[in-house]
Amino acid sequence: MREVAIVAFAQSDHRPDTADVSEVELLLPVLRRVLDDVGLTTGGIGFTCSGSSDYLAGRAFSFTMALDGVGAWPPISESHVEMDGAWALYEAWTKLLTEEADTALVYSCGKSSPGNLREVLTRQLDPYYLAPLWPDSVSLAALQAQALIDAGETDEHALAGVAARARTAAEDNPHAQLAGSAEPARLLDAPYLVRPLRRHDCPPIGDGAAAVVLAAGDTARRLCRRPAWIRGLDHRVEPHALGVRDLTRSPSTRLAAERAGAFDSPVDTAELHAPFTSQEVILRRALRLGEDVRVSPSGGAQAANPMMAAGLIRLGEAAAAIHRGGSDRALAHATSGPCLQQNLVAVLEGDPQ
Amino acid sequence: MTPASSSEALRAPLVVEFPFTRSLGPVQSAFLTGLRERTVLGVRTTDGRVLVPPVEYDPVTADELRDLVQVAPTGTVTTWAWNPSPSRGQPLATPFAWVLVRLDGAGTALLHALDAPGPRAVHTGMRVRIRWASARTGAITDIACFEPDPDQPAATGEPAPHSGEFTDPVRGIVAPARLDYTYAPGRAQTRFLAALAGRRTVGERCPSCRKVYVPPRGACPTCGVATAEQVEVGPHGTVTTFCIVNIKAKNLDIEVPYVYAHIALDGAGLALHGRIAGIPYDQVRMGLRVAPVWTEDGRYPDHYRPTGEPDADYDTYKELL
Ligand SMILES: [Zn+2]
Repeated sequence: MREVAIVAFAQSDHRPDTADVSEVELLLPVLRRVLDDVGLTTGGIGFTCSGSSDYLAGRAFSFTMALDGVGAWPPISESHVEMDGAWALYEAWTKLLTEEADTALVYSCGKSSPGNLREVLTRQLDPYYLAPLWPDSVSLAALQAQALIDAGETDEHALAGVAARARTAAEDNPHAQLAGSAEPARLLDAPYLVRPLRRHDCPPIGDGAAAVVLAAGDTARRLCRRPAWIRGLDHRVEPHALGVRDLTRSPSTRLAAERAGAFDSPVDTAELHAPFTSQEVILRRALRLGEDVRVSPSGGAQAANPMMAAGLIRLGEAAAAIHRGGSDRALAHATSGPCLQQNLVAVLEGDPQ
Repeated sequence: MTPASSSEALRAPLVVEFPFTRSLGPVQSAFLTGLRERTVLGVRTTDGRVLVPPVEYDPVTADELRDLVQVAPTGTVTTWAWNPSPSRGQPLATPFAWVLVRLDGAGTALLHALDAPGPRAVHTGMRVRIRWASARTGAITDIACFEPDPDQPAATGEPAPHSGEFTDPVRGIVAPARLDYTYAPGRAQTRFLAALAGRRTVGERCPSCRKVYVPPRGACPTCGVATAEQVEVGPHGTVTTFCIVNIKAKNLDIEVPYVYAHIALDGAGLALHGRIAGIPYDQVRMGLRVAPVWTEDGRYPDHYRPTGEPDADYDTYKELL
């Protein structure tokens, strides 16, 4: 099979509100950086794919505006997923595997600030039995966290520890929206947002953009000193009725990881898309991550969770660690939907140093 | 739109509101009609589990499911979350617990709200019962919420088969949705709109291909680079193409027929849209020279009118069609 790698990654600074810029204005500097990094222009890219959601913008076909940023005239080979950009990367990866292109640009942009994100996300739920009740995203995550606590797999103090670790790690990430944390014991003094979750258990709500460049074979070697080769990539989904699932487990993550080859040999780094602290507990178990694995050294989604971009950023951060020589074999995970509904796992490797 | 206090960017409220009309399949129709009649139905899978709420295809095997059974209005909480500040549309206006409830006879859990005095009154494993809404229409909201029912032992035994037949079955639901946004058009469009309010039309030039975009969106779609240099265009322009509108738009106080046109303002690299007035609709033509007309308090041109200049030569605007 053809070798495909992530050869460049860029992201915006993630901020709670970006009303001063439109989506394309938010995205343009990120696209500029990622393309300059590999010395390509938009016209030199074989395939372009993006992820975003109209419900965030409150406007139909909102992604077409962002297309202005990639030079869509004269016509380019382009596609879009109404999801996190990690799934756009999956589409681009298959395009390169099937030799329909040698390079691909994948980007995503999400502005949560125009609306009330907790309410907006209810519109992605089952429209017959769930959406009419308007159960917000934090409440659904809280149900999952309580199930995990009842099962004896974590407690509120341990969850505060997860939050403190993530946000302390984010002190080294200049793009993070939140960085730094009080001691876990102090975090427990805060009131509940939706019990058993406190503010520190939940991701920041914010706006941001990200982009990566993929390339195949020798093109990748030419564009990047140490390409992050995609050894496997798979995504799986849970039944959409929450009451059918065991919320303390993530079998879709486990299966995606198996199919991506994550268990074939150990990884040294894992970038997890765990917006809620309890979800990191579930994912570590599903992915069989040992204590020796560096988990989300960027701070992960608990430090910056721009909707529709946070999953792509996990792939980008994992790849960037390989580009820098800081990782030899990394796992990246992206999620979408309530309570870890859909999960994507990628395994990335660098050539021996 | 109004300027924001903290920056020059414009902002305006934007409400997206729609009644989402959805049809139901046979199982969902029976379930929601049942709720209207205070009857809770589940569906039995081929391997014997009972799914409540029921679905038409087995999420594990993908088998078609039609084997309806009736389960109890009592059940057990399998997990919960205390919601101290309910928002619009949620089942209760006072603080409540979100719960997943496995009804007696069911093998899966239903999401709903539990009316309880506080989080200390809620725990996983507690017994609850349905509180029915007083007015029921055949929707998940026919269950007003759950309420504690500590003395009710769990019903045992197999749920009884049910035909799923009711008089006047519910065939569809209307799910109203409303989301409130604050729309902010960004730098380029803010500059454009601010200039228009001052009766000037300002485009932005691409630093690479030199094309002038009106209205500007901040990027050149050909080159994929930011546009920044502002260029005043117009006020006169040329009709490059047009159509005659014969359909009266809702909430629009314009008599039909009227003409809607693409207008290339002098100096602009592409045409913008506008209504043409001040000339009979059947005399509008390609090449007609026009100028914008503002109403007294208008923040943007109301329409474009003929200037009386000779028509533009086709070669001067053919690239802008
Ligand atoms: Zn240009």
